[in-house]
Amino acid sequence: MNVARKSFAKHWQLYLILIPPILFFIIFKYYPMANAVLAFKDYNVTKGIWGSPWIGFKNFRMFFDNPIFWTLVKNTLLISLYQLLVGFPIPILLALALNEVRHAKFKKLVQMVTFAPYFISTVVMVSMIMLFLAPRLGFVNLALNALGMDSINFLGEPGMFRSIYVWSDLWQSAGYASVVYLAALAGIDPVLYEAAKVDGASRLQKIIHVDLPGILPTVTILLILNVGNIMALGFEKIYLLQNPLNTSSSEVIATYVYKMGLLNANYSFATAVGLFNSVINLVLLVLVNGLAKRISSNSIW
Amino acid sequence: MASPLSATTAPGSSRAYRIKNSAGDRVFMAIIYTALSLILIAVLYPLIYILSSSISSPDAVSSGKVWLWPVDISFEGYTTLFSTPLILTGYANSLFYTAAGTLISVTLTIMIAYPLSRRSLYGRSVIMVFVTFTMLFGGGLIPTYLVVKQLGMVDTRWALLIPNAIWVWQVIIARSFFQSSIPDELVEASELDGCSDLRFIWSVVLPLSKPIIAVLVLMYAVGQWNAYFDALIYLKSDHLFPLQLILRSIIILNNGAGAMDAAEMVEKQHLSDLLKYSLIVVATLPVLCIYPFVQKHFVQGMLVGSVKG
Repeated sequence: MNVARKSFAKHWQLYLILIPPILFFIIFKYYPMANAVLAFKDYNVTKGIWGSPWIGFKNFRMFFDNPIFWTLVKNTLLISLYQLLVGFPIPILLALALNEVRHAKFKKLVQMVTFAPYFISTVVMVSMIMLFLAPRLGFVNLALNALGMDSINFLGEPGMFRSIYVWSDLWQSAGYASVVYLAALAGIDPVLYEAAKVDGASRLQKIIHVDLPGILPTVTILLILNVGNIMALGFEKIYLLQNPLNTSSSEVIATYVYKMGLLNANYSFATAVGLFNSVINLVLLVLVNGLAKRISSNSIW
Repeated sequence: MASPLSATTAPGSSRAYRIKNSAGDRVFMAIIYTALSLILIAVLYPLIYILSSSISSPDAVSSGKVWLWPVDISFEGYTTLFSTPLILTGYANSLFYTAAGTLISVTLTIMIAYPLSRRSLYGRSVIMVFVTFTMLFGGGLIPTYLVVKQLGMVDTRWALLIPNAIWVWQVIIARSFFQSSIPDELVEASELDGCSDLRFIWSVVLPLSKPIIAVLVLMYAVGQWNAYFDALIYLKSDHLFPLQLILRSIIILNNGAGAMDAAEMVEKQHLSDLLKYSLIVVATLPVLCIYPFVQKHFVQGMLVGSVKG
């Protein structure tokens, strides 16, 4: 305790400037967490969150019994897993390939160009997808027509939604995601490469035996974070890409929460659904982290 | 990850030794170059297509004649955009949100990141856990919305500036930077000289931290410029709307009618496709203009953040 008092006395100015940001976290992060008790209440505007009557797990039961529950969980999981399968390994391959390139200019060009789409906003990204895939004038359909094929109403086909979401996401973020791996690759001890050369390793063997083990800790940590975020899909993009024709495969938990909560003003129910999502997410993160710790001794805590 | 800071930014740093490539290696390299070239084209083509379409004539766009380069160059799309009041308001609003939001966010981030970087600060690990936990778990959309509503921020400009002001990831990046670039000896020396903590921040830390401040400014500015979701849920009056929200209503919801009166809209129907392309360019331009200059900073900032500690 003496240490604490000494530190306060000596660094009172630092504690002072900590106050506004800490207030920010309390008000906009922790207070909402407390507000999540709404999930167990029957919200009544005049009585407020704390004055409304408790109803236990009724909101959750209502959600689980609703036929849409399984659709939402299925859509959320399918998009996430697809996303993980495509979006996770490809940036690693991109980094490994870029790492082999010895032409500085070409390497820089590829890096610069692939990095750029990361700065495009979600709205612009979705606008681009809609313009490109438009049934009448989109260049994808014009190209199909030129090849003698019929136009496809891409965004009206529920079966195509997942692919559109995942591959456009890859287009946008692969360059950005590969930067961290490139950093890890650059940090590998050059002695290992020399040893590999002396042993007569080919480039491919060098990648398999030196590069990959070298970036494994980074890969593990990013994989944990990715799996831990499996229920937290890019809500904005899915919401913007949605239309009445594709909702059967595009309605996910997050979009449902938005519609029930803010559009239908069903606050308690939407909070329960959102809470369910966050809890699953947290549980997944803890599980995967524990697993990774056991298998590879890499973990985020 | 020995020294990630000095890393990737030196592309193609050829190692000192060279041994002749075997035939297998040459095939392997050919595959890599081909793959990377294809990726390059795949990423670049949509961008060029948008740009070319935006400066082609309306007829060329609506008859699908544009494939790569502009057809019958015309700037009609842009002149129409810049004579539309709604878009000008949106642009001005976005500029305001970006400037004000970035100022608030960067200040708050430094205010928490710097104290947390000081090893002698009692309780810093507790505060760090307090902050990072919010990355893992949150109250959710509705509880957060209700807080913002209680504070009376709904439908005011504050709603876009305050509730999302601090990004935990930026705090981690800034803290790592301060920790690794402000030596403890410097702190001790200034303490001996009787320099207070605030004075030290102002006259030593900030001047030494230009790279990280640049990173924070750029990340927050790009984030603010591109944000639309907070505006969607918190704003109701269209004179407060940022550009992204207007973009959404014109392109994605296809109801640009608000932008012009109906008769004019019919007259300009042939322009509507072209307008969408021009609007995309206009909304992205500020970010893409600074991009070449800042790419290096972004990369560095991310690398600092990827160091554990």
